Amino acid sequence: MTTTPAPERAETEAMIAEVLSQYPKKAAKFRAKHLKANDPEGSKECEVKSNIKSRPGVMTIRGCAYAGSKGVVWGPVKDMVTISHGPVGCGQYSWATRRNYAHGHLGIDNFTAMQITTDFQEKDIVFGGDPKLEKVCDEIVELFPLAKGISVQSECPIGLIGDDIEAVAKKSSKKLDIPVIPVRCEGFRGVSQSLGHHIANDAVRDHVLGTGGDSFEQTDYDVALIGDYNIGGDAWASRRILEEMGLRVIAQWSGDGTINEMASTHLSKLNLIHCYRSMNYICTTMEERFGTPWTEFNFFGPTKIISSMRKIAEFFDDEIKAKTEAAIARYQVRFDEITKAFRPRLEGKRVMLAVGGLRPRHTIGAYEDLGMEVVGTGYEFAHKDDYTRTYGMLKEGTVLYDDPTAFELEEFAKFLKPDLMGAGVKEKYVFHKMGIPFRQMHSWDYSGPYHGVDGFAVFARDMDIAINSPAWDLLEAPWSKAGEVA
Amino acid sequence: MTTTPEHTSAVPLRVLDHNDIFRDEVYQKQFEGKREFENAAPKEEVQRVLDWTRGWEYREKNFAREALTVNPAKACQPLGAVLAALGFEGTMPLVHGSQGCVAYFRSHFARHFKEPVPAASTSMTEDAAVFGGINNLVEAMENITALYKPKHIAISTTCMAEVIGEDLFAYIGAARDQEAITQDFPVSYAHTPSFVGSHITGYDVMLKGILEMLAKSPDADASKVAKSDKVRLNVIPGFDTYIGNHREYKRILELMGVDPLILGDHSSSLDSPADGEYDLYPGGTPLAEGALAKFSRASLVLQESTLRRTAEYIEKDWKQDTILLETPLGVKGTDAFLTAVAKVAEVEVPAELTAERGRLVDAITDSHAYVHGKRVAIAGDPDLVVALTRFVLELGMIPVHIVSTNADTSFPARMEKVLSASKFGEEATVWPEKDLWHLRSLVFTEPVDVLIGSMQLKYISREANVPLVRVGFPIFDRHHLHRFPIIGYTGGLHLLTQLVNTILDEMDRNAPDHSFDAVR
Repeated sequence: MTTTPAPERAETEAMIAEVLSQYPKKAAKFRAKHLKANDPEGSKECEVKSNIKSRPGVMTIRGCAYAGSKGVVWGPVKDMVTISHGPVGCGQYSWATRRNYAHGHLGIDNFTAMQITTDFQEKDIVFGGDPKLEKVCDEIVELFPLAKGISVQSECPIGLIGDDIEAVAKKSSKKLDIPVIPVRCEGFRGVSQSLGHHIANDAVRDHVLGTGGDSFEQTDYDVALIGDYNIGGDAWASRRILEEMGLRVIAQWSGDGTINEMASTHLSKLNLIHCYRSMNYICTTMEERFGTPWTEFNFFGPTKIISSMRKIAEFFDDEIKAKTEAAIARYQVRFDEITKAFRPRLEGKRVMLAVGGLRPRHTIGAYEDLGMEVVGTGYEFAHKDDYTRTYGMLKEGTVLYDDPTAFELEEFAKFLKPDLMGAGVKEKYVFHKMGIPFRQMHSWDYSGPYHGVDGFAVFARDMDIAINSPAWDLLEAPWSKAGEVA
Repeated sequence: MTTTPEHTSAVPLRVLDHNDIFRDEVYQKQFEGKREFENAAPKEEVQRVLDWTRGWEYREKNFAREALTVNPAKACQPLGAVLAALGFEGTMPLVHGSQGCVAYFRSHFARHFKEPVPAASTSMTEDAAVFGGINNLVEAMENITALYKPKHIAISTTCMAEVIGEDLFAYIGAARDQEAITQDFPVSYAHTPSFVGSHITGYDVMLKGILEMLAKSPDADASKVAKSDKVRLNVIPGFDTYIGNHREYKRILELMGVDPLILGDHSSSLDSPADGEYDLYPGGTPLAEGALAKFSRASLVLQESTLRRTAEYIEKDWKQDTILLETPLGVKGTDAFLTAVAKVAEVEVPAELTAERGRLVDAITDSHAYVHGKRVAIAGDPDLVVALTRFVLELGMIPVHIVSTNADTSFPARMEKVLSASKFGEEATVWPEKDLWHLRSLVFTEPVDVLIGSMQLKYISREANVPLVRVGFPIFDRHHLHRFPIIGYTGGLHLLTQLVNTILDEMDRNAPDHSFDAVR
């Protein structure tokens, strides 16, 4: 059971002020806009500024536009070869680490967990890399004949040396008779992964959207699952629910996805978006271009799953609504079983989160279903519309941190003493040293799925493993306990 | 039937995760149904292509490629620079350029070491690409100093900064003039373009940069050298991700009565205790000691390909005896190391180390029948590959395919020397600058019994059904291997244990009932 009560607003503000006092003047002024005590009403004075450049040297947890495009949006498309275009590093560090599960044989009809790169050398920088890119495309088609397309993910140098990858892509597309898609996601563009998502969405819009659709018959119940990257099988667990509601999922964006699914998505009757931050752009595009309605949903935890299912069913007829209610009734039995088992072990535990663009708010309900409370949360690369969706989900005074620095997370954790921290691998081991249980909330810490009914069981189990491990009792040596005489 | 109860007080509910849950019929039907929308190739076609990629025709095509790189076993320069920086006391690595690179370096190392990896970025964006990143660098220095209070900042560069031609030297001067740091605050730097060399090059130039800075610092004063009857030797392990190796070098030299100074000692900074407190800078080569390194009697340089520039610098500028040795793996590798140390330091090899040698040889004699004649493929950084090859030859194994994506020009000759010294080396083919997709072709066309290399070989291992002995970097998917040494006689014992037991596990797994022996 918890011993430290959640701080009041004044206390949170004092904590923020203390942290800011450690910064140089200029950085403090900037950071102050990103650190706020929550006002559930979302008042102007408590508004968190976001999507602004990180200050140099502060140890931001953010990545870059390439990470947003290659790592998030394009990389999981399994039947396309993703070229990391430029020097070797970017593709090496992002090789198979996001856990976008996909069926198919690696290197034959599935190219997800591979590092395919133009591996720029000095001469490519000096004389330009276009000839090499063209040759690489030729060789890909030769060696990977079942690849259905190629995406060219630009690394920093591409935009700086004036390469014309669009021209190469156009030429190669024609010559090789498969789509070759140029993506201008150089790492220096924008302030985080977020612009990379947007650029990647735009590339899909310009080169893929609406180009397919003749491979299957349509039905009235066709939907697309957007913004699910199938981390640890998330999309499969979500798809299971949608299918049990009587819907037919014609496309997955982009976990375990294919170019044919993306090219056919304009036939969807409703676009269902889970990760709003990374794929709202394409939903808006489809709404404008094809009139496809879209809706956000949340498949983390019973409360949000049930309300999301009903929200989705509202778009369809009574048959779907009836199937949805029947499914909910079945799921409720499993939900009760999970919460009965795990809630007593997690009740009252306090959680701090620092994740990407969705989970800092979308997982709050799942924690609450287990009797836990989120006492601090923040996004790595959110925008204003993410925070407006967040304020109302949290209590007055809860600390919100945008693009938190390593220093801030550590200081806030020392003050709030959470029972669990949820962030990324860069943060994980800091908190282990501090004796704070930790779960990676980007990769599900190599577990998952966390989406859907099946995912909730795994989520509950994992939080229990983290918090109730006997390992945390071992940190203090018996002879170093205060007051104890050897 | 299972004897595991559905739940216990410690495990309240049986929960299936991704390993098991998708085997369920509901999911199998889902996956089958999804194929309709994938417009996927027919299963027979996939099988045909799969078979084709495993044959000789494909191998020829694969080796004929000139531009494409698939699954390379190398990373980029600034990654190595960050590791070099983490080897020194109170040092914050700062990488000048786009911030995403630093996020990648930190997560890459964190996945391998299971440790926090502090490193900062100057977070350059589009405007800095146009106007230069001087303001970014100055502000970074100011913020780092205030928040993270380092004793030294080691700056390297991303390819973005290199393409636009950033002048680190001038920028560091500006940071001092603008009082972001004091005039005498220690800063070292290295230009580390990602489009030249690999992570080992970056390690080399950053280490050289740090040593140059330290050698010019006020601490680099011969009068500060502590009086001792022991000879001090510098040990330079290079891009060595085995923290156990650093400790083992120290232990061996101390046993020999030598005073060791490891240059680039990340054994504490990447292996700190969990005791309730997080320490940002838990160790590293002390800066004051590093400054005195030029007064040591000699430097033992233990990665020839990796440490080329550092070795040249020490030899030329410090005019120090620079002893270039293969990384001391296995019996003969360690023999050569101890012999060199004994000679330069004018000491004897103590009986304790001779006994350790005997124990390793004893272990090899115990295991030799199981490793003898086993065909092996090895992949990794050039220095590690050379040393590993020499070790497996000692065991009577037959190296068949040797791949080093980031091999330099000296690599083939070094390999030739090692291979020609043993009749077990006759079959080996050496493949500098090839990647792991090449290795896949080699393994399918000319099969081996064992793979040795990083976790990146696990895909080949599974596909070709060949066990993988994980040695090198990165190893994300097995725990704690890097905590134990692989150098020295003790390290040889660890490597041998890994090797022979992997072979025995595989033998047991595949054994018919009658051959499932109780004693091996």
